[in-house]
Amino acid sequence: MKSRVKLLAAPYLAWLLIFTIVPLCVVVYFAFTDADGHVTLANLGAMRDYLPTFADSLLLAAISAAICLLIGYPTAYAITRAPASRQRFLILLIMLPMCMSFLLRTLALVALLEDQGILNNILSAVGLGRVTLIRRPAAVVAGMVYNYLPYMIMPLHSVLVKLDGKLIEAAQDLGCSRLRVLLRVILPLSVPGIISGVTMVFVPAVSTFYISKKLGGTSTAMIGDIIESQFKTSYNLNAGAAMSLVLMIIVFICMGIMNRFTGDSEVDLL
Amino acid sequence: MSKELIRLADVTMAYDGEPVLRSICLDVNDREFVTLLGPSGCGKTTTLRIIGGFETPLSGDVFFDGVRINDLPPYKRKVNTIFQRYALFPHLNVFENVAFGLRVQKLDEAEIRSRVFDVLELVNLRGYERRSVNALSGGQQQRVAIARALVCRPRLLLLDEPLGALDLRLRKDMQVELKRLQQQLEITFLYVTHDQEEALSMSDRVVVMDKGVIQQVGTPEDIYNEPKNAFVADFIGESNIIDGVMLRDRLVEFCGRRFECLDAGFAPNEPVDVVIRPEDIDLIPYEAGFIRGTVTNITFKGVHYEFIVDVAGFKWLVQSTDYRELGSDVGFVINPEDIHIMKKSEYSGLFGDYSSFSQEYDEDTEPAAEDSDEKQS
Repeated sequence: MKSRVKLLAAPYLAWLLIFTIVPLCVVVYFAFTDADGHVTLANLGAMRDYLPTFADSLLLAAISAAICLLIGYPTAYAITRAPASRQRFLILLIMLPMCMSFLLRTLALVALLEDQGILNNILSAVGLGRVTLIRRPAAVVAGMVYNYLPYMIMPLHSVLVKLDGKLIEAAQDLGCSRLRVLLRVILPLSVPGIISGVTMVFVPAVSTFYISKKLGGTSTAMIGDIIESQFKTSYNLNAGAAMSLVLMIIVFICMGIMNRFTGDSEVDLL
Repeated sequence: MSKELIRLADVTMAYDGEPVLRSICLDVNDREFVTLLGPSGCGKTTTLRIIGGFETPLSGDVFFDGVRINDLPPYKRKVNTIFQRYALFPHLNVFENVAFGLRVQKLDEAEIRSRVFDVLELVNLRGYERRSVNALSGGQQQRVAIARALVCRPRLLLLDEPLGALDLRLRKDMQVELKRLQQQLEITFLYVTHDQEEALSMSDRVVVMDKGVIQQVGTPEDIYNEPKNAFVADFIGESNIIDGVMLRDRLVEFCGRRFECLDAGFAPNEPVDVVIRPEDIDLIPYEAGFIRGTVTNITFKGVHYEFIVDVAGFKWLVQSTDYRELGSDVGFVINPEDIHIMKKSEYSGLFGDYSSFSQEYDEDTEPAAEDSDEKQS
């Protein structure tokens, strides 16, 4: 009986093996070998040169996740307060950009922000002159927020929508004003949603390469861009693999730290 | 009794144009235990929510201690509520749940600790402070909810079917405990339930509601012994309700016979509803009875038997400790003080006939959870 149930997971396990486990082993192999196939730690040692890039990537991803949270939380909360029929429509609106290609969305933002772009044309038309909006870290953050915001709103919404309205009434009954209800009940109970939203924005943001390539300047190359160039332009598979590995470990550490928060509140929840 | 604490004056309420309360007038005195009793959707929970501040009445006024509080938000009212399914905060442990209201008031830590420990003592939950509320049984969660409300020392405690989710045994224990707390702490309790037994055994006064209208207000004895209409008679316990004619004061005719009774003040020959409780009927040999019938159904209830007796087509419910054979002919004796006369009402003819007898009428104790839930949206 049990083995039959396990069989149901077989397609996924096969998928996992072929497309995750095996490539991971390949990455590890390349990261610890040189071009001739000899085992070496030189690739990882060379990472030292890229530390500022790693730091920049982490910082930009963290800022993007924070901005997504600041925009996403009130949005998600407002959606849950709407009547059920309108909620579906609002969720659809949030999802709508996700139906368009990621590349298209980023290119649209380029068209909006570039020197001869829509925003600058409007600014010059009203006589304010042109401003450099693109090729800046802020533009990269804007691109990441734009692209990843739905991934923040969805988990927050799914947590907030399950929040028992009686708990809010109970808090009011015990003397909480609206703000206190938010701080003492709603916010603590939505921590799991905050954690998963932040994870879902931060992890893809830290390894993104297309957004920074299109919206960032040469100085704002992110680690994702460097990895891509290692594989596609310098053909240094070993260095690329080492970077991927380091990035993965950093992401794991970040997730581990964040999961500690959920872990703790989960203990309280159970 | 003592002075008035809550007064509802002509309160009406409607959801989406559907009236749920029709001009409710109700006084609750200080330190009184008042129960709102009625079936699902009768408006009892809405009444409670209006007093708690979670709903604003369409019209009419709510007074607390003589002050109109219609527009006062819930957090400014000296009222605490025990919710139907407790609504404990899952992210806080027992101590912090109980301390919640005190922390909001920004009391100092020492006072919070002593008050929380005192109230946990009161509900027999000392030693559970560090437990997660999710690890507690239903009865324990109930106690935490009570402690959380009592620690704020409210003048008025609103209880919305607080025992609905507990099993029968625990419910009985908690009934006794709640009554003890109410008397010990001298707090006014406004209690909502659909369980007539609970209402009768705990309350100083019972308010019977149906269709958004108060049907009767009175002590449990009044409500049981002198129901005002067929709805109250049927909802509070079992009743045989028979069409009768009040010939003159203290003489009523039903089942083709004239009976002495204690009621007076009706017009001569006024049609009335006659209520006779099943436990007030004595079974005697067929020949000796004024009313005669045939036993068509027997249910053993432990303390007594329940017989359905067919009297010329009308089925009576009779409770007796004496056994009678199925199909046997029996006679009734009814004492004058056991005959209750009610004026005809919109409920006349709807209740009190056991001809559609089934187990159905036993099942009115199911939790009426949908009562409050459907009003959330």
